[in-house]
Amino acid sequence: MQLDDLNAIAEKEKAAAKKVCLRTCMSAGCMSSQADVINKNLDAEVKARGLEGEVEVRRVGCMGFCGQGPLVGVDHDDGRHELFEFVKPEDAPAIVNSLKGGPCDVQRGDPQHPFFAKQVKIVRANGGIIDPESIEDYIAAGGYQALHQVLTEMKPAEVIEEITKSGLRGRGGAGYPTGLKWGTVAKSPGGKKYVVCNGDEGDPGAFMDRSVLESDPHLVLEGMAIAAYAVGADQGFLYVRAEYPLAISRLQIAIKQAKQLGLLGGGIFETPFIFNVDIRIGAGAFVCGEETALMASVEGKRGTPRPRPPFPAESGLWGCPTLINNVETFANIAPIIGRGADWYASFGTEKSKGTKVFALTGKITNNGLIEVPMGIPLRQIVEEMGGGAPDGRKIKSVQTGGPSGGCIPADFLDTPVDYESLTKLGSIMGSGGMVVMDDTTNMVEIARFYMEFCMDESCGKCIPCRAGTVQMHHLLEKIAQRKATLRDLIKLEELCDMVKNTSLCGLGQTAPNPVLSTLKFFRKEYEDLLQPDQFGPPGNGQPNPQSAPK
Amino acid sequence: MAAKTLTIDGKQISAEEGATILQAATEAGIAIPTLCHLEGVYDVGACRLCIVEVAGIPKLLPACTTRVVEGMDIKTDSERLRKYRRMILELLFAERNHVCAVCVSNGNCELQSLAYSNGMDHVRYEYNFPKWGVDTTHGLFGMDHNRCVLCGRCVRACWHIEGAGTKNVAGRGGKSRIITDLNMPWGEADSCTSCGKCVQSCPTGALFHKGSTVGEMERDRGKLEFIVTAREKKQWVAAD
Ligand SMILES: Cc1cc2nc3c(=O)[nH]c(=O)nc-3n(C[C@H](O)[C@H](O)[C@H](O)COP(=O)(O)O)c2cc1C
Ligand code: SF4
Ligand code: SF4
Ligand code: SF4
Ligand code: FES
Ligand code: FES
Repeated sequence: MQLDDLNAIAEKEKAAAKKVCLRTCMSAGCMSSQADVINKNLDAEVKARGLEGEVEVRRVGCMGFCGQGPLVGVDHDDGRHELFEFVKPEDAPAIVNSLKGGPCDVQRGDPQHPFFAKQVKIVRANGGIIDPESIEDYIAAGGYQALHQVLTEMKPAEVIEEITKSGLRGRGGAGYPTGLKWGTVAKSPGGKKYVVCNGDEGDPGAFMDRSVLESDPHLVLEGMAIAAYAVGADQGFLYVRAEYPLAISRLQIAIKQAKQLGLLGGGIFETPFIFNVDIRIGAGAFVCGEETALMASVEGKRGTPRPRPPFPAESGLWGCPTLINNVETFANIAPIIGRGADWYASFGTEKSKGTKVFALTGKITNNGLIEVPMGIPLRQIVEEMGGGAPDGRKIKSVQTGGPSGGCIPADFLDTPVDYESLTKLGSIMGSGGMVVMDDTTNMVEIARFYMEFCMDESCGKCIPCRAGTVQMHHLLEKIAQRKATLRDLIKLEELCDMVKNTSLCGLGQTAPNPVLSTLKFFRKEYEDLLQPDQFGPPGNGQPNPQSAPK
Repeated sequence: MAAKTLTIDGKQISAEEGATILQAATEAGIAIPTLCHLEGVYDVGACRLCIVEVAGIPKLLPACTTRVVEGMDIKTDSERLRKYRRMILELLFAERNHVCAVCVSNGNCELQSLAYSNGMDHVRYEYNFPKWGVDTTHGLFGMDHNRCVLCGRCVRACWHIEGAGTKNVAGRGGKSRIITDLNMPWGEADSCTSCGKCVQSCPTGALFHKGSTVGEMERDRGKLEFIVTAREKKQWVAAD
């Protein structure tokens, strides 16, 4: 495979394009309500009317408006786009009928709605447009050009320089600068190196990574291959949880296709570069997203974290230097190489560049996946794009960062969404879960929910997290049931402090965050549930009246 | 190997390059509480009792897995650390069923000693009172899950000193438990060589010799270290 061959595939694919295209979302959300039957019916309908010469029926990835699914998009020959929502299999004739101006009462979405209009799509540019199971589609959309460019025109150090210049930070949660991480792995001594893609995505309510894998698997593979070239690795692992069967099967297809075309394997683009990728299926333990636990799991061991240092960049899989990045991080790579670091850095803020994909859910009118430039005010996301809370209710708070994150009260809706601003409010960007809560939400209950999650998902290795989350959950339940006193609240706060500061891995270190942030902004809700203490309030500022001095 | 100089609790000490803070402190006669640490097997940093403060690093670090660095300024005994250690111990006592008065390890238990030495005189957390069983199917040994602190010492001793790989951890969070082979009764675990190394390694009354009285429960952990030293350094003298 050479550049000419790649371009030939793209040309052929474009030449075969038909005037009108019917796109059915074939991602997990829409598939769960019969998108495959809809697609089949559309296809049959087009054929029955002899329209196959001018109308293409295409299976595509997630369009993002999952809450209104199943979705069918229409690209007209005059450049108009239409969107049909809540489509049912029996709607197929009406939709095909409408192509020629026939009547059709299927609910239409508004492609100009802020939900779509305010998005900037880099990672999800192909989502809902190309067929995720067709490598030709991806190539026609410019796929694998960046990999070619890197292999034939750039030295590994130049690739790392470009990624560093782009300002890209890890999208897996902590926001570590990607270029810096790549540089460390590249500089680590060792013949054998690995690249790992973290597709574990265990945060409740999050489905960003799943959707990228389902909608555009080659984008992730291309990013991994570029990373492997930059750091000097020849083997990659894609770690995906078993709950994502569709993502896994599309990745399998993508890997096979890329191998067949010589875009993975040995001698890629007729250069000496070798890169193979294997899929590793995780059993769906949240902690296996933690990088050291993930690596233990890839090695076939019990997925528990180990102390760092040594960091994976130095000693990772089987003791070799290992680069581990999130799905969305890898999905940003090809666009950055293709369009340049400066172009990428022109989106976002000073310290948070580019875009971020969020899974907007909860008490919100429009829920689904959105990709927005960093720094966009939270208000624009929840009020304009999300359409606010349903039934005219008031938004009370927005939870970001999942079980490691916190609740941002509505008073702070003008906060720009970037790493630093969210951290300042006691929450985090996290991997991109965004749960909107309205004024009926009980914040103690929210804290209890996340603590229960952490308690169940704790790996059990270290004591503060294993036993501390159990006690914290117990105290939260006691408070929620109006059985607690101020003493219990103080005990809870002490435990938060201890578990945060002494736990071994990020799970335990961040498990108290939802409690701490709700306590910070909604303390009264906790206090209103407390019983008077028959022994009186604990004395003058002593945090722990009963504990024995040494 | 180059020596490193550092300060622990205000005391200037030197340590071998590559040594852990725990090793350096122990050598200098400074005691740091540990529970999951066991001489002879690698450290996992799980119990968090050995955490220390290092000047300039906001995070607390486990002394057993953190290597010394030139010029480190370490505190092992601040008010904050003492408080955290007491809380960790309280959490352990509340987690399972520790009734020392009727335990085979009473008087010979590292958990009990740690509680004494760290001033943990009562538990403020609600006891979980879980229903854990006792496995007495093995001819020589027994396992009382009610006393287990999940330090993983038995697992590491079994895999890395004996090489049998009988013991392992199953489940997660508070439901984690030590299992033998594929979660079968210990007496039916084919891989067990009945060497007793796990029993030697256990800090609590969770693993015991059947039929021993409380007075006989003293453990000889030097044996484990002896085997490892002998194997690795070909040095057949008992550690003093
Ligand atoms: C408990 C826990 C769970 C995590 N889960 C994930 C996950 O599901 N996906 C992910 O990409 N990163 C997850 N992370 C973060 C990873 O450990 C790691 O930092 C990340 O994959 C690095 O990639 P990045 O630099 O591209 O963000 C998790 C971290 C912790 C502590
Ligand atoms: S913090 Fe929790 S998840 Fe992490 S090692 Fe400790 S017990 Fe396991
Ligand atoms: S194991 Fe130790 S702390 Fe637990 S009951 Fe026995 S003696 Fe007491
Ligand atoms: S049985 Fe003993 S050695 Fe094994 S994990 Fe439990 S307390 Fe530790
Ligand atoms: S799953 Fe169909 S639009 Fe997201
Ligand atoms: S001895 Fe260091 S964590 Fe247990």
